[in-house]
Order: sequence, then C-alpha cells, then structure tokens
Amino acid sequence: MARFIAGRLLKAIVILICITILNFFLIHAAPGDPAAVMAGEAGETDAVFLQQLRERFGLDQPLYMQLFIYLKSVVQLDLGYSYRQQFPVLDLIADRLPATLLLSLSAFVISLGLGILAGAVASARQGRWSDTLISMVALIFYATPLFWLALMAVLLFSVQLGWLPGFGYETVGAGYTGIARALDILSHLVLPALTLGLFFMAVYVRMTRASMLEVNTMDFVKTAKAKGLRPGVIQRRHVLRNALLPVVTLAGLQAGQLVGGAVLIETVFAWPGIGRLMFEALSQRDYNLLLGVFVISAAMVLLFNLITDVLYRVVDPRIRVTS
Amino acid sequence: MRRLLSTSFAIILMAGAAFAAPSAGGKVNLIVQPEPPSLMIGITTNAPALAVGGNIYESLLRYDEKLQPMPSLAKSWDISPDGLTYTFKLQDNVKFHDGKPMTSADVLFTVNDFLMKTQPRHRNTMARVESVSAPDDKTVIFKLKQPFEPFIRSFAFGSQPIVPKHVYEGTDYTTNPANEKPIGTGPFKFVEWKKGSYIKLEKNKDYYLDGKPYLDELIYQIIPDGASRAVAFETGKIDILPGGSVENFDIPRLTALPNTCTTEKGWEYFAPLSWLWLNNRTAPMDNPKFRQAIMYAMDREFAKDVLWNGYGKVATSPFSSKLPFYSEQEPQYAFDPAKAKALLKEIGYDGKPLKLLPLPYGETWQRWAEAVKQNLGDVGIPVEIESTDVAGWNQRTANWDYDIAFTFLYQNGDPAIGVERNYKTTQISKGSPWNNVEGYSNADVDKMFDDAAVAYPAAERQKIYDKLQAKIMEDVPVAWLLELGFPTIYNCKFKDIVTTANGLAESMRDAYIEK
Repeated sequence: MARFIAGRLLKAIVILICITILNFFLIHAAPGDPAAVMAGEAGETDAVFLQQLRERFGLDQPLYMQLFIYLKSVVQLDLGYSYRQQFPVLDLIADRLPATLLLSLSAFVISLGLGILAGAVASARQGRWSDTLISMVALIFYATPLFWLALMAVLLFSVQLGWLPGFGYETVGAGYTGIARALDILSHLVLPALTLGLFFMAVYVRMTRASMLEVNTMDFVKTAKAKGLRPGVIQRRHVLRNALLPVVTLAGLQAGQLVGGAVLIETVFAWPGIGRLMFEALSQRDYNLLLGVFVISAAMVLLFNLITDVLYRVVDPRIRVTS
Repeated sequence: MRRLLSTSFAIILMAGAAFAAPSAGGKVNLIVQPEPPSLMIGITTNAPALAVGGNIYESLLRYDEKLQPMPSLAKSWDISPDGLTYTFKLQDNVKFHDGKPMTSADVLFTVNDFLMKTQPRHRNTMARVESVSAPDDKTVIFKLKQPFEPFIRSFAFGSQPIVPKHVYEGTDYTTNPANEKPIGTGPFKFVEWKKGSYIKLEKNKDYYLDGKPYLDELIYQIIPDGASRAVAFETGKIDILPGGSVENFDIPRLTALPNTCTTEKGWEYFAPLSWLWLNNRTAPMDNPKFRQAIMYAMDREFAKDVLWNGYGKVATSPFSSKLPFYSEQEPQYAFDPAKAKALLKEIGYDGKPLKLLPLPYGETWQRWAEAVKQNLGDVGIPVEIESTDVAGWNQRTANWDYDIAFTFLYQNGDPAIGVERNYKTTQISKGSPWNNVEGYSNADVDKMFDDAAVAYPAAERQKIYDKLQAKIMEDVPVAWLLELGFPTIYNCKFKDIVTTANGLAESMRDAYIEK
C-alpha cells in the first residue's frame, strides 16, 4: 500500500509539472497581456508606462526565460506575485481558501448525503410514485443550468420571501462575533451551497438508483433474502455497499473540483472564493495568479484521484490496488 | 379642504427639508464594479480605483458641473493676467490620515516626483510647466512656459491626488506598503479591504471642514454579477448604484421601485463619448464619403431610446456637449439611409464585408453592435460581428487589427486633454487603445489643435475650436455615437450625493441621510 501511494505520488508530481507547462503556454497564447490590460483600464497610456509595467512584471524577458523562472519558483513552492493585485499569489489563494472550502465542502456533503439517500429510497420503491417523483426532480436539477437556478433561488428566497440573504459571505459591518457570526455566515451559505450541490446531487441520485437496482438482481441478494434477512438490512449491508463503487468514482471527480469548480455560483452569490479569483485573473491576464490557481486545482484533482483509488479498496476489498 | 390641508402640509414639509441642516451619522452601502486592483490613485487610475480612492485622496481643486474650479485642498487661487503664473493658497489644518500635517512640501513632492514617475497624463501636463515652487508652507506657485488655458482644469483628484511626502520619499513608490493601506487627506479613511467582498472606509474625524463629512461609514460592496447587483439594490442591501453598475435593461425596473431616485449628474468631467473607430488606413474606410455614409446609416436616436433607456444624448460634435468649447457645427448627420445609399453608390462601394468589434462590457454593448450591424446592412454594408474579451479588445484596437470597433472615451475636462489625443497625427502610435487609433491625419487639424491649446484667453480658443469642430465633422475620422448617460440609482433618503463634476467619487464628503 505504501509503495502504491509513493509511486502514485511520484507520477502525480510529473503530471503536475506537465500540466503547469501546458497551462503556461495556453495562457500566453491568449491575446493581450496584463500590462496592456492595466494600461487599458487606466484609460490612457504611453509607451513609457507600458514599458515600466512590462519590466516590473518581467514580461520583457523571452518566453522560455519566463517559463524557466516560473517553474523554478513553483518547485520551491512559491507561486509568484500577482501583477495586478501586488500581492503574493499564495497569500491571495490562502485568503480565499476558507470561503471556497466552506462552500464546496457543504455542497459536497449535501449532494453526496442527499443523493445517496434519495437514490436508495427511489430504488427501494421502484415504480411507485415516490420513485417517479425523486427521479423527475433529479432529472430537472440535472438539466437546469446552475446560474439560472441560482438567480431563481435568489428571486424567490431573497427578494420575494426575504428569508435568506442573496449575496455575500457575511453581513458587512454588523460586528457579529462567536455564534452570532457563525449563524450569519450559515444563513449566507444556504442558498449557494444548495444550488451548487443540486447538480451533483441529481447525478448521485440517478447513479445510486440505477446501480442499486442492478445489484438487486444478483444472486447473493437472493441468498440473503432466502436466509431470512430483513429487507432493510439487505439494502444497507449488501446492496448499497456493492452499489457504491460508481458513486465513489463520481465523488472523487466532484472532490477534485472543490477548489476551482464554483465559478458561476461564486459570481452570482458574490461569494469571495477561488473560482471568482480565477475568472477575474483570466480576464485580466494576471498570468501568475491564474497559473497559481491552476496549479492548486490540478494538485487537488490529482490528490483526490489518489484518495478515490484508496477508497475503492476500502469499499470493495476485492479490488487489489497495485502500482 | 382635506386636499388643501395635505397640500400645505406637503409645502411645509418641503420647506423644512430645504432648510434643515444636514444631519450627521449613518452609513451607506455602495457598489464598486469591478473590484479595483488598488486604491492608491496616484498609481492606479482606473475608474473603480478612483471611485473609492476619491474619498481617501484629495487634490487642489474640485469642479462644478460647468467645470468651474471650486476649493478643495486649495482654499483660493489666482491666475496672473498673462496666464503664466498660477498661485494656490492651501487650506489650514489639513492633516494626512496618519496625523502628519499636509503642507506645500507634499504638493511639490507629488507634482515633481511622485506623479512624474507614475502617471502618463501628468507627464504631459508638466511638459508645459516651467517650474513649481513653494515660497511658504501654505503657498504653491506653478509657472508655465506659455499660456495653457486648460491648466486650471488639471487639478482634479483623478489627475493630481496629493500624496504624503513623509511616507513615500526615497522609497519605491509602486511597492511601498502604504499602497495597501492608503494615506490621504480625504474625508474618509481606509479601514479594511476584504478582497472579493467589500472595502470599508470610515469618517475622518480630523477633517479640516467643520462638521464634514456627515456619514460615519462607506461600504463598497463587490458583487461580480450584474443581475445580483440589481437584486441587492431591490432588497435594500445596497443604497447607491453608481452609474454603469447594472445592465441597462434592469434600469427601468429599478427606477420604478418606491423611494428610488436617479441622477445623470456627476459625469461632466469625464463626459464619456462613444464612437466607432473606423480604420482610416484601409479601403473603403479611407474614403471620407464612406465614413459619412456610415454616419447617415445609423439610427442613433433608436440606440439612445431603446438600448440606453433614453439616457445620454446623440453626439453632435467630436467634443461632448458637456465639455468647454463645444459648439454644434455643420454638417450634422441625421438618420438618413437614402443619403447613405446615395453616397455609397457615388463612390462605387463594392459591398466588401466589414468586421465589427463590439466593446466587451456586457449585454448593452453586444446589442448595440447588433443594432449597428442591422443599420449598416440596411444600406448595403455587410457586417460581421467578432466578439472578444477585454484583453483581446485592447490588443486588437491597440494594434489596429480591426475594420470598425466600438469604444468610448473620457474627455477629461478639456479638448486639449481629452479630445485631441484621438485626432492628432502625433498621436498615431501602436500599443495604446486610447490615442489616434483610427489613423486620421490632417495637417490643418493638427495645427488648429496646437494653436487652440495655447491660445489665450478662452475666447481665442473658442474661435479656433469652432472651425476645428466643423472640419472634423466633415471628415468623420470616427463615427460618433452617443454622449453616454450613466444614471446613478439611489435610495431617496440620501441627499447631496453628487456635488461635483466628478460625481460620487468626491461627493460623499457632502452627502447625508435625511432624517
């Protein structure tokens, strides 16, 4: 097991470096550079000004030198400086990380928990009205664009009913502390976490239901029935456990998106997370910041792939993890 | 009787409101969009930075809606009869936010050192200045090489914010830690910036004007999505939506809300004017008659009424009508497709399709591009829309890689500062989207711009600018669209939120909540 993990980690590092190089060239292939964007925003510029900016950002160097300098600093775990915000990239990302993790982990838990539960219920009541209802709702959430759902949720719960705040991370200037602050953040979290979770919840529902139905027809389930186990126990201990494998695969995919996967939701709800940071960095051609977010996201995907592979073994001991 | 009573009651109430002294206290939630890169407006001069930084930093003068100077850090000023010497007397008891007094030494440092390194526009202005001196702590004297009438309008906070010498002298200005926690003399002090969420400023209790500012706190919320900003105003979480912070199609819905006021004021200094860059270097745009045909083909009243909800004004000159020296000269180009077609026929236009680059600033601009495409298509000019993002737009316009491109530019208070950069031959230079991007070159026009800049007094400048506007209107180097109107939408309980030509950015010191 330890050898397996070590081998995979080594591979992951090589892949990460390849991804970084690829991203570097992709970003530089886009038209414009951060100096031009900043000069453009200022509404006026001259050659001196542009030259100053490019020198300050190191953009006057040849591209291969820029790549070399960047890789060298990444290997030293330094993601460089954001041109635009005049701040170390790692600090900027670390600053946004708590909000992002809070949002995406809540969405993860909600979607996984509700998804498996509803999927299990639907499969147990196959063909009945509750199954139809669950499947239909799941299909609707699966097919609806996230940002539209988000806007509708704001219109209903925030504008019409006034139950929940429609944007932001907490009430600015309210001066809450302790539990009051936690509750305040929680109330801001409900809408974005729910809307973000809905899509994956729908996927889990459909996946769990289909997979459990398939397992239901297998011989060992018949055996369990024949030896007189109660239906609840059969579903929980035999069917669900065997049906979870594809769900774990998907959960691994979703977990990989924990850091940078909520651009739309963070934008609509003005949630100060990393997805937005990445999107803004892209439109401002803030190369270092954008690459930094990419590096972290890629590392997360690789990490969760590894965790998923290990989890397979826990869920289904028949699988031999080998390197 | 009852009606009469309520009427007289209303009159009494109104009279009461008019004479009541502004009350102190309260906070205001505004939008800043997009999130500024920095608040140090001596270095970063984009619109969102100025919108917040204008409360933190001040300059020598402010300007009223006619662009006439008003006192700010200078309490009085004097221009010698020959137009060469400008003497400013500074206010008493002005302190920076760190408690140190602001004196003429700070002004000298700002104009001679700091801004010379950081701001292109300041370098241009200072090229006309012979010397700056400070005979005492409270006096600053600018001596010009030759008369330059627009000089009196170049002391706005966006062009010349006074920065603290004791903080910046001898340091690298762009990396000084004070840029993170800006120190100015303004009515509000920087408190906190939660990146991605909000920027908080608080009342400067040591402000040199007694009783001001009235508000305790300014909170600039950062909400990246336009629809969410509109909702935030609807739900009362936001009190003031500065011009341009919501999509135009949301404006009628928001202005119809109870207790909601709007104003178009506060944009007189910038006076944003929109036009289409026409690439004068390539056929058929190299032919003035083709360019005139484009002017006749466009239904600009429609664009104003439908896309801009009636805000703004159809452009009638290369100068915005809010600018000094504006005058309406012939020829004018009313919507006249028949005339456009006749012109195209006369020059034998072959129907070559043209590429149109919309401005990537949201839905309104996209729709406007579609309207122009249809207008031009109707007279027989096939147009293809090519969309790109902001960086791509910058890159393509700055490198002249377009046929027709949307843009709008600030006019910055004077034709010699904000207008001539788009038409003079010397302003043709790759790499900037804000100079003579269309490549128009006319020796007469160049000379008139040069003469008008240094003619003195103002009446002499007016004569030249009249002729100049007529000449440019005839040549149509670019196709002017609208003087843009960006209405500020706000909760009516806030009063005096726009008291200068620079709008919200420097008016919050006068704003108060009506009790």
